[in-house]
Amino acid sequence: MLELKHVHKVYRVGAFGGGRLRAVRDVNLTVEPGEVVSLIGESGSGKSTIGKMVLGLTRPSAGSITFEGTDITTIRGHSARKEYYRRVQGVFQDPFSCFNPIFKADRVFEMIRTSYFPETSTPVWREKVLDALATVRLDPDNVLGKYPHQLSGGQLQRLLIARALLLDIRLLVADEIISMLDASTRIDVLNLLADLKERGLGILFVTHDLSLGNYVSDRSVILRKGAIAEMGPTSKVFDNPLHPYSRHLLSCVPQLHRTWAEVDAELEADPPEDVVLPVATDDASAPLLEVEEGHFVGIDQG
Amino acid sequence: MTLRVNDLKVYYQTLRGDVHALDGVTFDLADGEIMGLAGESGCGKTTLGKSLIRLDSRMRHVGGTVELDGKDVPVGDDEAMVPFRYHEISLIPQYAMSALNPTRKIGRMVNELLRARGVRPADIADELKRRLELVGLDPDVLDRFPIELSGGMKQRVVMVISTLLNPSLLIADEVTSALDVSTQRAVAESLVEFRDREYVKSMIFVTHDISLVYQMADTIMVMYAGHIVEKASAKTVINEPRHPYTQMLIGALPEVGSTTVQGRLEGIPGTPPGLLDPPTGCRFKDRCPLAFDKCSERPPLVEIEPGHWAACWKTG
Ligand SMILES: Nc1ncnc2c1ncn2[C@@H]1O[C@H](COP(=O)(O)OP(=O)(O)OP(=O)(O)O)[C@@H](O)[C@H]1O
Ligand SMILES: Nc1ncnc2c1ncn2[C@@H]1O[C@H](COP(=O)(O)OP(=O)(O)OP(=O)(O)O)[C@@H](O)[C@H]1O
Ligand code: SF4
Ligand SMILES: [Mg+2]
Ligand SMILES: [Mg+2]
Repeated sequence: MLELKHVHKVYRVGAFGGGRLRAVRDVNLTVEPGEVVSLIGESGSGKSTIGKMVLGLTRPSAGSITFEGTDITTIRGHSARKEYYRRVQGVFQDPFSCFNPIFKADRVFEMIRTSYFPETSTPVWREKVLDALATVRLDPDNVLGKYPHQLSGGQLQRLLIARALLLDIRLLVADEIISMLDASTRIDVLNLLADLKERGLGILFVTHDLSLGNYVSDRSVILRKGAIAEMGPTSKVFDNPLHPYSRHLLSCVPQLHRTWAEVDAELEADPPEDVVLPVATDDASAPLLEVEEGHFVGIDQG
Repeated sequence: MTLRVNDLKVYYQTLRGDVHALDGVTFDLADGEIMGLAGESGCGKTTLGKSLIRLDSRMRHVGGTVELDGKDVPVGDDEAMVPFRYHEISLIPQYAMSALNPTRKIGRMVNELLRARGVRPADIADELKRRLELVGLDPDVLDRFPIELSGGMKQRVVMVISTLLNPSLLIADEVTSALDVSTQRAVAESLVEFRDREYVKSMIFVTHDISLVYQMADTIMVMYAGHIVEKASAKTVINEPRHPYTQMLIGALPEVGSTTVQGRLEGIPGTPPGLLDPPTGCRFKDRCPLAFDKCSERPPLVEIEPGHWAACWKTG
């Protein structure tokens, strides 16, 4: 459904834009319908940049991004873009910044109606909104007619997901949507993503929290400095991490019943075998090596 | 005993009435104790932290006392709090990283802060460098601007600044939430190191990440809607929580390895009550599967076994 091929993003940085920063390096990945792919990595590894390129908010410097057969960089003009956003939507980390504090929070629904469903009658539209709210498990009485500051971060986050659902989307880009939420709300939102996936939605789930990524995702992509360090079915990546960086990240995940010291001691007593990593021939490419079926490792960047 | 908070009540004044954000909170913090503070968004964690350092103009100290190292802490008296701030009690606020002034080099900012607190920067320059190195930062960061540092680096700078005067109590509010796991670990371990070296005597570590608290805290205290519901050693809260709310909260935590395929975890149905006009009795009663008649009275926080406190009619 979504395919990224040799995608790069180079930003101009520094005074007068003289410097170059390769935020995304030679990334290849796919998202299928009904699949959750998590994009995991440290701050600055390029996760949001990939999400923004998929949403057409910034263009790749090289490579192609196709959605259902169309190269999205060729989408031009207002109506074609609008059609694209009917099928692909994003929800971002900070729900507060997506709402205008002077309007009631449910205005975001009305905006969707105005641009996509001007013909829909008010009662039918209201039914649709109530449906979407039920899917995200929000009580309409608690949220409709309220201002953003009267709602919690978790409620606002779910309103944004509900808004995306009004459009019958096929692909959702969810960028760090749960790091702001408390533990029990996180689980609600994650379970919601699992429901959506069962309805055939593809989800690109950006996160820095590995145990959350693991909970919902079918495949995981670990990014490091813009390049893929490891990619594969989530169970394989988590049970048998191959790249030294993935191993390091996993050893730092706080666990409920094992301390970091215990994890370190186990790793020391029984160190995993070294895996031969692919080598980049220049500083722009980032080849992957398939170690077992569907499980890839990437280059070593120190 | 470092800190002793007794029946503390702090409300926010709003046009529609008082928000009972901290409504009779009682707990102790021992010398050397790192206490994790957890609970649903809006339960009063940040309010507790702020109350111990500075009430903003809309906050009102309604009742209760705070004692630090045997001295009364006049939380309601802005002026009288001055000698306590940063010298005795220090707070790393939520979103501290993004509050760093982008136009000032780190070093200049540190010096301004120190002078504002009545300390000569030169007297403490060597110690500052030592502590930056301790948390893995090159003292060169002092010559850099905040935007030139990663989130984790900024967070460590803030930690060093906040503890430079060796306060008795450090309150860290969500300091690791925006960081990736390896940076999170580095920051958490540095905080423990600060305690071990006695730069701070004890610490309150506010977070949504209960598994992170488990790695570093001695005790965990759980709040719900302005009340304390449970406090015990970290191991006890994780492995044998007694309060129904804590049990459901711990039950909602995914572990590495748990997936929706193996079985879904459950959140806690319903939402916390509003604090503008909070319900009487146990504030969890609308969501509690065990609620019964008596729960319309407020359950007291009682020590159900040594060092283990809970406020529930069913645990007593
Ligand atoms: N508009 C921009 N101009 C210049 N550099 C940028 C721009 N946007 C991002 N970058 C840089 O690109 C790199 C990748 O940024 P990105 O936001 O994709 O990271 P991320 O993985 O989402 O990190 P985080 O976990 O902190 O959100 C970073 O080094 C960032 O500073
Ligand atoms: N300035 C204010 N005016 C009125 N009510 C407020 C104000 N600040 C906070 N509150 C309310 O007080 C309660 C406690 O808020 P607080 O910020 O302490 O929660 P918290 O536990 O830190 O939540 P989070 O996990 O989201 O940071 C909430 O119900 C909140 O809505
Ligand atoms: S006091 Fe009652 S309502 Fe409150 S937690 Fe205990 S059983 Fe549940
Ligand atoms: Mg990002
Ligand atoms: Mg808070």
